[in-house]
Amino acid sequence: MVTLKELPTTELFGPGHRMCTGCGPAATTRMTMKALQKPAIIVNATGCLEVASTIYPETAWKVPWVHTLFENVAAVAAGIEASLQKEGKADTVDIVAFGGDGGTFDIGIQALSGALERKHDFTYICYDNEAYMNTGIQRSGATPYGASTTTTPAGSKIPGKMDAKKDLIGICVAHGVEYAATASMAYWNDYITKVRKAAAVKGPAVIHVLAPCPLGWRFETSETVRLAKLAVQTRYFPVYEVENGKYKLSIKVPKPVPLEEFLKPQGRFRHLFAPEFTNHLEELKRQVESNWSRISQLSGEAAVPPTVS
Amino acid sequence: MSAEEDKPGWTSLAMGAVLVTPGSAERNKTGTWRLKRPVLDAKKCTNCLICWIYCPEPAIVRGAKTIEFNYDYCKGCGICAVECPLKAVSMMEET
Amino acid sequence: MTKAVSQQIVGMNGDEAVAFAAKQANVDVVAAYPITPQTIIVERFSDYVANGEVDTQFLCVESEHSALSACVGSSLAGSRVFTATSSQGLALMHEVLYLASGLRTPVVMAVVNRALSAPINIHNDHSDMMGSRDCGWIQLYAENAQEAYDLTLQAFRIGEDRNVSLPVTVNLDGFTISHAMEGVAVIEDDQVSKFVGKREPVYKLDPAKPMTFGPLTLPDYYSEFKRQQVDAMNSAPTVIAAVANEFKKISGRQYSAISAFNVEDADAAIMCLGSIAGTARTVAARLRQKGKRVGVIKIWQYRPFPTIEIARILSNLKCVAVIDRAVSFGAPYGALCNDIASTKELTGIKTKMFNVICGLGGRDVRPTEIEYIFEKSLACASGEPIDDPVSFVGVRA
Repeated sequence: MVTLKELPTTELFGPGHRMCTGCGPAATTRMTMKALQKPAIIVNATGCLEVASTIYPETAWKVPWVHTLFENVAAVAAGIEASLQKEGKADTVDIVAFGGDGGTFDIGIQALSGALERKHDFTYICYDNEAYMNTGIQRSGATPYGASTTTTPAGSKIPGKMDAKKDLIGICVAHGVEYAATASMAYWNDYITKVRKAAAVKGPAVIHVLAPCPLGWRFETSETVRLAKLAVQTRYFPVYEVENGKYKLSIKVPKPVPLEEFLKPQGRFRHLFAPEFTNHLEELKRQVESNWSRISQLSGEAAVPPTVS
Repeated sequence: MSAEEDKPGWTSLAMGAVLVTPGSAERNKTGTWRLKRPVLDAKKCTNCLICWIYCPEPAIVRGAKTIEFNYDYCKGCGICAVECPLKAVSMMEET
Repeated sequence: MTKAVSQQIVGMNGDEAVAFAAKQANVDVVAAYPITPQTIIVERFSDYVANGEVDTQFLCVESEHSALSACVGSSLAGSRVFTATSSQGLALMHEVLYLASGLRTPVVMAVVNRALSAPINIHNDHSDMMGSRDCGWIQLYAENAQEAYDLTLQAFRIGEDRNVSLPVTVNLDGFTISHAMEGVAVIEDDQVSKFVGKREPVYKLDPAKPMTFGPLTLPDYYSEFKRQQVDAMNSAPTVIAAVANEFKKISGRQYSAISAFNVEDADAAIMCLGSIAGTARTVAARLRQKGKRVGVIKIWQYRPFPTIEIARILSNLKCVAVIDRAVSFGAPYGALCNDIASTKELTGIKTKMFNVICGLGGRDVRPTEIEYIFEKSLACASGEPIDDPVSFVGVRA
């Protein structure tokens, strides 16, 4: 656990970047840079963070930073790590790869898998705003059931994305990583502690952090943190960590807030409140509870009763 | 003929688009984006730093007794106003 | 030869020779992914790693795209890097090729030329490298295992030169060179070490000097960086020549942009890339004995294209038969012949020219077929019209 006062005041990311007003990933990135305790080398996949922080000749970064392509951030990080291993300097630096959900869950999964399997010493942080936001809000493997995106629009026949969200941490755990965790940018203490834990691992570690997007989720710019908190308090986004295969809930939610409170402020879920799509709203609730139960049970928590709605 | 004649040419730019000056984005005063600006009631501020950790820019600076807003960069998102536990921040229309 | 360059002759195939060169060049990082007929390169290198003969970080990556991506990361971190691929692997890493040249990261990559699918074919032709010839890499072509070894060593120096800072491919024909054993004259380890030296990157990822690599450039800047790449590519021939001269001192072998055989007093010649030059020279020598004045022009340095040297050498010829081992579908000529046509336009030389496409998908081009091409070029040289400026030789109707 950390206190805010002990965090460094140096800003290694920003200001002057062009992330949207109220951007969740922007705040998350700032927190990450404050969490890292060794000199960092940042590797960034194509996406919102990379594009909006480095428009030539402006760079918001005050650490060595590289962006190459969309699907290979883990492979580039692996190459950098290999160079540092060769020089005997891998212990002196924190290599951190940032990828959005699109660049991680989908197009980047192969490179991530390879880097995890080969046990490169780096930290992978997936900032999850639940769609391909940089290209204008298209659905990704991280988009939740029922969400409206430009490629899964809420139509009269099909109300949004009809597939569930991929279990990224489960995929990482299957690779035998020492440490993998979810986090929400609203819980800065939990997130910063986890980043430090991940960076301390000698080998790969993965953090999947929920970072809401006001534009893509369609909510007021001032609500970013509040929604990131509600995501957790409704059990929609369980916050847990997995150390050497052992699951542990970080934030317990014995009395969940009704899911509607998280969904209603967001334009991307508005259609689910139309009477003809009630069954889809119920399906989303069922999936949220089922996922929560799964994580609870894996964490050794007693079977938790479903949300009373 | 390029409309960008005032910008440097290929002979003087660092190769491969490398940016050798860290943090050069500071020249971009994103404060011009604002529609509303946060105003601090200093008497209420306990310097808890909650607003500071959540600010996406950053546009909040840690002062001796209270935080201070950096209006050069504040985009006016209002997260600070919502998250402040003491309700010390109000969002006012940008004049 | 200047001093006695004591070189051991070692029986190696082309792939082994390339792996050996990478070993002697003290590469820091190698990214490995298998694809026939390149695989022996990474297998041989992994033997060196497993036996402690090299101190290289050896990454068995999960795809060719990741192989080159890892190389780019390592190169940016300041390392000397190497990888190898063929055909589908090269095609898969297509976007990473442009990335490496755009970011100006020196990488040496052996491309063991193999046909592109479909239909799938694992044998030799040049469609893989030709399909990516605009990627901004320096492209060298070897005729045999010796040249593959020699060019790989030189490639490190060429790419790492601070006025160039570009990635380099060393192309060698699949199976014909990669799997055929030759006696390769191998230079002593410490002579190679001295020749390749230590890499001094212009920029690198370094916490002591934070820099941003790979920013977004909007329309107001992108063109300038492409212009820089053109300048780097144009600076390469001087560097390639200087490196070749230095290489001669330790090897006794002189390289240049092109290699000409019996062209000075020839009426006609075949122009080609890679191993087919060997067959062409044998046939040319035989035809010379019959009084036919033919020669062979082999190109080592394909990109940057040596326009002036080519024009100079062609200017004395009446006709040149340009062999392409790949099809450029829908284009007036094959890739190499397109370059020759452009050379003619730029320099005003009047040499007559026709294109022969052969040797696709590993189909052997026989001496009889080479002889047919020479006869056709001599007919053209003596004034007969060219009925089929682009023809396929050895393809069943």
